[in-house]
Amino acid sequence: MFEVIAFYTFSILTILMFGIVVLSKNALYAMSALAGGMIFISGFFFLLGAEFLGVVQIVVYSGAVMALYAFGMMFFDTTRDVKENIQYKKILYTLSVLSAVLIVIIMSAPLFSANIEAIYPSMVEGVGNTQMVGLVLFTKYLIPFELAAVMLLVAMISGILLVSKRMEMNLTEEDNYEEKGEII
Amino acid sequence: MDWAIVIETVIKAIVVLAVIAGMAAFATYIERKVLAFMQRRLGPMNVGPHGILQLAADGIKLFTKEDIVPQNAVKPIYKIAPVIAPVTAFTAMAAIPFFPEFTLFGYTVTPIVSDINVGILFIMGVASAGMYAPLLAGMSSTNKWALLGAARTVIALLSFEVVSGLALLAPLMMIGSLSLIDINDYQIGGIGSWLVWSQPMAFLLFVIAGFAETNRTPFDLIEYEAEIVSGYATDYSGMRWGLFFIGEYANMITISFLVSIIFLGGYNSFWIIPGAIMILIKISAFIFLFLWVRAAWPHVRPDQMMWLCWKILMPMALINILITGIVLI
Repeated sequence: MFEVIAFYTFSILTILMFGIVVLSKNALYAMSALAGGMIFISGFFFLLGAEFLGVVQIVVYSGAVMALYAFGMMFFDTTRDVKENIQYKKILYTLSVLSAVLIVIIMSAPLFSANIEAIYPSMVEGVGNTQMVGLVLFTKYLIPFELAAVMLLVAMISGILLVSKRMEMNLTEEDNYEEKGEII
Repeated sequence: MDWAIVIETVIKAIVVLAVIAGMAAFATYIERKVLAFMQRRLGPMNVGPHGILQLAADGIKLFTKEDIVPQNAVKPIYKIAPVIAPVTAFTAMAAIPFFPEFTLFGYTVTPIVSDINVGILFIMGVASAGMYAPLLAGMSSTNKWALLGAARTVIALLSFEVVSGLALLAPLMMIGSLSLIDINDYQIGGIGSWLVWSQPMAFLLFVIAGFAETNRTPFDLIEYEAEIVSGYATDYSGMRWGLFFIGEYANMITISFLVSIIFLGGYNSFWIIPGAIMILIKISAFIFLFLWVRAAWPHVRPDQMMWLCWKILMPMALINILITGIVLI
């Protein structure tokens, strides 16, 4: 009973929030709605009994990823509406509606939905889902996990290389030189 | 579904909300008194005996003050932003066990709103979502100082979350559970088994990060009057401004509870003092520490704060985890 009420509340709120993200022309509205939507999604994890994933959803998406988006937004004037430049409206709308319908049909077709099952269901009895995530991550999924870590490392190093042309210079030292009028 | 548990949860939530909001309001009075004492002043004295009714006076002032919304602000976001601060702060408290279990009229009460397995992670995560309050406030009020304040907030909170998370990892490795009740029960054997003795480094790091996450003084550069007027709260007035500060004081109380439970033995009884009194003593001591530091220390510059976070605290936290891991193995 309560699960049903909670599920529909969270579904409506999530859809509403992501609707605002897509339909709003104001970047600030879209950003706040995206952050809110991420938090409401974590509600589903809590409902399904996966507390760990729910909390990770809040920490990672709302806490970290959205904050970085917000940093990007600070370079723009977020109070004004964004002018969208769409050339082929009809093609765009047809394609997006078609792909949405396709995904719904694929997921709700009996062929597919009847065959979804956990490949690695909880093997150890009597442990919480935090321990379960750890067990699965470091046994069955060790290689994808490590590969993802390496990918993130590559992204981080390339990001640092792109922004730092003069790594040997200290930012505060540079300021002092400029105050004295010396050219580096 | 059992209706009793629903009613119990609702009552608990209301009690927590009322008591903590009252404590947060009272903390503002205590703060003024303690600061005044340390600066050899009297503090609020005129309203009521020793100025104790100053609280009510401030409350009436905040509620009746004109609510100003700047003309060019993004109005819906501007109005929502202050609500986020207390909402996240109080939501985080859902997973805190405040007192030991007690029996009331033959009914055992566990003073925790929701005992989830990942309590500590939930508190840290929800409290970190509280940064949206200053962030959205700063971005929606179309004001340079507010925007700078918001940028500083996000940088400070994101950086110090790393430190507090890493600092907590070492004691959690020893305990092997994320539930605050398990953490408390781990230290049940008196003062010698408090985690502060086996993890002094983690304790220090977590307290420092706690100061930064609640925007308390050595790190309160997000509303540094001398530089950016009042940071994100520049345009706010009346109750909307007050909501930010209810959130801040509620966060202070949360951090005090976390430190007491994780490092200082929580609500275990000590000698003849029952556990409930014990945790109240610890929390009061911590709130006092917050105020004491505010009276004694100057602000740091933003670059000093970042330097401290990334070049000192984070490596120390990592080394602490490494040593703990080696000792445990």
